[in-house]
Amino acid sequence: MSPRSANSTASTAPVENRPVRVDSNSVETIDLGRVEVIRVLDEKGRVVDAALEPGLPDDELLRLYRGMVRSRRFDQRMLAMQRQGEMGTFAPGLGQEATQIGQVYPMRPTDWYSPSYRSIGAQVWRGWTMEQLLLLWAGYFEGFAIPEVANELPFSIVIGSHVPVATGVAMGIKVRKDDAVVVTNFGDGASSQGVVAEAFNFAAVYKAPIVFIVESNGWAISTPLEKQAGNTVLAARGVGFGIPAVRVDGNDVLGMIAACTRAIDHARSGRGPYLVEAVTYRMSLHTTADDPKVYRKDEEVKTWEGKCPILRFESYLKSRDVLDDDAIARINEEIEAEVIAARDRFRELAVARPEEIFDFVYEQLPAELREQKAEYLERLKRKGVQ
Amino acid sequence: MSQLTMVEALNLALGESMAADDRVCIMGEDVGVNGGVFRVTKGLLERFGADRVLDTPLAEDSIIGTAVGMAVYGLKPVAEIQFSGFTMQAFDQIEQNMARLRNRSRSRYPISMVMRAPYGGGIRAVEHHSESREAYWAHTPGLKVVIPSGPRNARALLAASIADPDPVVFYEPKAVYRAFREEVSEEPEVMEIGKAQVVRPGADVTLIGYGAMMRPVLEAADDLVEEHGIDVEVIDLLSIKPMDTQTLVESVSKTGRCVVVHEGPRMCGVAAEIIARLNEHAFEYLLAPIKRVTGFDIHFPYFQVEKHYLPDSDSIVVAVKETMQWT
Repeated sequence: MSPRSANSTASTAPVENRPVRVDSNSVETIDLGRVEVIRVLDEKGRVVDAALEPGLPDDELLRLYRGMVRSRRFDQRMLAMQRQGEMGTFAPGLGQEATQIGQVYPMRPTDWYSPSYRSIGAQVWRGWTMEQLLLLWAGYFEGFAIPEVANELPFSIVIGSHVPVATGVAMGIKVRKDDAVVVTNFGDGASSQGVVAEAFNFAAVYKAPIVFIVESNGWAISTPLEKQAGNTVLAARGVGFGIPAVRVDGNDVLGMIAACTRAIDHARSGRGPYLVEAVTYRMSLHTTADDPKVYRKDEEVKTWEGKCPILRFESYLKSRDVLDDDAIARINEEIEAEVIAARDRFRELAVARPEEIFDFVYEQLPAELREQKAEYLERLKRKGVQ
Repeated sequence: MSQLTMVEALNLALGESMAADDRVCIMGEDVGVNGGVFRVTKGLLERFGADRVLDTPLAEDSIIGTAVGMAVYGLKPVAEIQFSGFTMQAFDQIEQNMARLRNRSRSRYPISMVMRAPYGGGIRAVEHHSESREAYWAHTPGLKVVIPSGPRNARALLAASIADPDPVVFYEPKAVYRAFREEVSEEPEVMEIGKAQVVRPGADVTLIGYGAMMRPVLEAADDLVEEHGIDVEVIDLLSIKPMDTQTLVESVSKTGRCVVVHEGPRMCGVAAEIIARLNEHAFEYLLAPIKRVTGFDIHFPYFQVEKHYLPDSDSIVVAVKETMQWT
């Protein structure tokens, strides 16, 4: 496929149902030149590729569904809280629920997850409590303590800067000959960062067990994908680095699971990194400080509303008699109650402890910081804070 | 006891640390088969294997970024950046991750790693090979910054830096790499980071320097005593951050006069910090304004004139004599 025709697939048509052929090189048995496009469910929730259906039992399918609904309702509540001045700036993940849950579903608890800041739903799946994420995004130190249950890296606000660190963890796994893999995600904007390309190269050279997930969601703040990349098939970058890659409909949770399971298995078996391009759409704001009406058209957003990952999965589950309207309503009510309970716990826990600001910079406070901390405590005392 | 150059002493410290702790690994451009462009890592690939001595792709930012990831995973990487001028390409990962990840993870992931880089001028190198940018790293919260001045303290400080639970920027004065030999103990030696050393006691004036500047500083001190009868106390700073304020204050409280020497640019340089601290803590003892002898606020000059740019013993002697003239 020429770059030109690749461009034409951007933003409006998420996935073409034909393979993207870039080159005919191959490494081992993997055809590196072939960027396969995966989709299990179409936009109506009908199975289009039964061979890739993960074959999950009903209770697992329901768990997946709940994970996506939890992601969305939590996101909506956070936005409401932000608008009421109770929450800081954050990056909503609305519309990317299948991408988020599908990438963490195939992971083991002992695997390492290195998320971007737009991965709140995936973090809840990995064991973060909602009240802790609320604390984090409301700017409290306690919020940043990574739960013991999660092998997870903190996200970084500087775009793409976490990706070499995730690669380094995978290199450590390789050096130690351990069994874990690293999964990291970043957006199409991050794909322009030099350090992300460097991380691809390091991972390929060392055959590090890492899965790179580029969540190609159409927009990097106001810059559309066509202005972000000369070749908008971002999975094609795998070829240049010697990394096998797959392009997947990121709004199809079963497609995501099929792609990420394959990628994780590949990395775990010692064959090196894998790149997954999840084609999705940022339905909401870049962050709560953003107004997308300035730069994008309502029609485009409407088109994508029709590709909603949750509605699509609902249709599929209904067709399998796993879910009906009553159950959908019940699950939504249960999860809303869960979110409200988390908000209430957050309100109780939200107590600022300014004296902590010095405590995590070094293992032990150097003399100069001891002095500065004393100066700060004195200042707090004068202001009646302590 | 053996007489070693700084390069040999650094190699000894790396080998000792790697033998003592299998978490210690080395990474960087050309550090393996080639043993590094200055041979600091010579022979370590053969001794410890390719899992622990990693020849990396040519990408400074990711050498540091991936080293941070390895530190997250519990290893102790010692990452070499071939020349200090190239650390600018790693600035992003040093600032975003190496210095911050402990704080960002609320100490869940301490980043116990070292970034080694040869720094400074005086070896007739090409552009971007002679920078002294230690002030950048000292300005970055979360880092420690260490600069040895000779073979013996290089070995002991590198061992301490590798053992340190926090990320350390370890700048090696390449003008000293092979300039002289020093007796280095057979037994592993470790120095505490954050301590300055009074290397020559004196009563009239305190002369503070570090790294490659310790040679002209000591030369100037000899000259001042012998030719001018000025009794100079010389301090080797060794650790830029944390900085040993106490040793500096004690010395200046005794002598009442002080000159600070470094080859990095003057503006916001390490001397500015030292002078500020002495103003805060030793003002009542000062008999004269504190002078600084530093590099100029220019790009490091091409090598035909570098010896005129670098502070030398003569410029230090002049500064000390001016300081002594205050009554």
